[in-house]
Amino acid sequence: MSRVFPMSWCRGVVALLLALAAQAAWAAGVQVTDERGVTSTWSAPPQRIVSLLPSLTETVCELGACARLIGVDRYSNWPAAVKQLPQLGGGIDPNVEAVVALRPDAVLIADSSRAVDQLRALGLQVVVLEPKNSADVRRVLAAVGQLLGVDAQEPQRVWRQIDAAVSAAAQSLPARIRNARVYFEVNSAPYGAGEASFVGEMLARLGARNILPASMGPFPRLNPEFVVRANPDLIMVGDQNFAGMAQRPGWAGIRALREDRLCVFTPAQSDVLVRPGPRLADAARLMADCLRNKAP
Amino acid sequence: MSFAPPSTMNAPDLAASAARRPRRRALWLGAGLLVLSLLLGVLGLGVGSTGLEAVWQMLADPVAAQIVWDIRAPRTLGAFAAGALLGLAGAVAQGLFRNPLADPFLLGSASGASLGVAVALVSLGISPFAASWAVRLGLTGAAFVGAVAAVLLTLALARGVQHTLRLLLAGVVVGVVLGALASLVTISFPDTLQSMQVFMLGSTAFVGWTACALMAGVWLLCLTLAWMLARVLDGLVLGEATALSLGLPLAPLRLALVGVLALATGSAVAQTGLIAFVGLASPHLVRAVVKTPHAPLVVLASLMGGTLLMLADTLARGLLAPQELPVGVLTAVLGGGYLLWLMGRSRR
Repeated sequence: MSRVFPMSWCRGVVALLLALAAQAAWAAGVQVTDERGVTSTWSAPPQRIVSLLPSLTETVCELGACARLIGVDRYSNWPAAVKQLPQLGGGIDPNVEAVVALRPDAVLIADSSRAVDQLRALGLQVVVLEPKNSADVRRVLAAVGQLLGVDAQEPQRVWRQIDAAVSAAAQSLPARIRNARVYFEVNSAPYGAGEASFVGEMLARLGARNILPASMGPFPRLNPEFVVRANPDLIMVGDQNFAGMAQRPGWAGIRALREDRLCVFTPAQSDVLVRPGPRLADAARLMADCLRNKAP
Repeated sequence: MSFAPPSTMNAPDLAASAARRPRRRALWLGAGLLVLSLLLGVLGLGVGSTGLEAVWQMLADPVAAQIVWDIRAPRTLGAFAAGALLGLAGAVAQGLFRNPLADPFLLGSASGASLGVAVALVSLGISPFAASWAVRLGLTGAAFVGAVAAVLLTLALARGVQHTLRLLLAGVVVGVVLGALASLVTISFPDTLQSMQVFMLGSTAFVGWTACALMAGVWLLCLTLAWMLARVLDGLVLGEATALSLGLPLAPLRLALVGVLALATGSAVAQTGLIAFVGLASPHLVRAVVKTPHAPLVVLASLMGGTLLMLADTLARGLLAPQELPVGVLTAVLGGGYLLWLMGRSRR
């Protein structure tokens, strides 16, 4: 008995300590400070989450909490599971009433959305996050991880994986692509992706050159003759905007069009390329494939 | 605000001996506008993504020469043609509806044209910037149908043209509703969202030789028709009863004028998108200089519109080079500024 007693006593203490530790974590709850400096707290990690930005939706799912999403914006389309969820309007102009009706305990939303203050005034816990470049992707991963109450190592692990995949894509490329001068068209107005944009950042990391210098801002609206004069070696463009590109006045003479050095992306691929989210590694692979196959 | 009533209030006086002086002024204005547009045309060849350059130096370099001939030349001429079409449409609309505020936008015809283009883009899945003849003609046709439908709808709602206020209100209603329908079409097919957005802002950036030739052809046709029908417009200034007593078959001639208005608006909108204020401001600018009957007025307003849009296009390219301003923004600033100035002056 004297040998048994300490044993069970020990077990009891351990159990008690564990319970206390859990209690402490419970009491501290979850605390997240968003991009507007507003701190939200929950007594337990939120279980009913609305995400109103595709890259935030993807981040939540990447951290294994897709099941906690109860509604998304109309542009969130990845992973496929989120297409089953109620769509609550656009990210900039969400359907506030529909959001409130779902009674979420956390709303993830972009800074550019018009509904932030309104949703807050209605008593919802709103977290403003809007990744715009790869540093933001890392920061947003950490913040969403904190909100979800996942192990602090998890976002870091995801980030290391992404980073390693991007580096691997960059290293897989032959040296010749360093001379490739690339034009990435975002919209046929035409708007292009400059060095200062997320897309430009990725191009630079892969070692290619961009015809739009950082001084022109992230997504400048161009005079079409600027592109003709810059004469890019390679053009990356979504298939929506590609229609009729060769027929634009003077464009048929551009090297990329003359030599068919074009990467025309499907809408799904374009989503991957222009969303600063956890699919950054896929974006790097897409761009690397394009450069490998089409760069002179 | 009180704008000068459609110039030709004094049309009968013009028949008298005093006609000679305004006629000479009109000729001078026409010549001046032609010279100015020629100068702007030459300047337009030299202004581009690198700011102002010497054209003769560019012609030595094959790429630069291609930029001059394939991009700058058609877009400069295209800006003139589109502006000329809008100016013509404005002059015709103001005479036809005896209303100094009538313009292709206020009567809903521009919204109708853009709805036509939106439907064509969605149903045919084409790019608004494709340069082939089939696409350009198809878009122009769709815009024309939309513009005619919009004007007829406005006229039906206003129950004729007699009541100015009713006409304007009907035009605003039709414009807003058709504009909303165009947005609805665009939003239901997000694939076309981007190209439509660009189109709505108005841009001369991708006007090629095809679009240019098409607009020039339509312009000559509309100008000839408007010139021939100008007597109807002059007659209408004096009221319908007088026009009828002059022996004019009003109904068919009016319909023909609506056709001219819609064709001019539709073909400009189909090539360059929505460009505001050129149609409204051009006839007013002409009237500020010279009072003439409608025949010279439509020609002068047309030249004025062409010159205005060419100026705006050159500024749009040059001000922020190598970036570009949407030309519709510039015409709104230029035209709106002029109308404000006119308001201030007439208040004094």
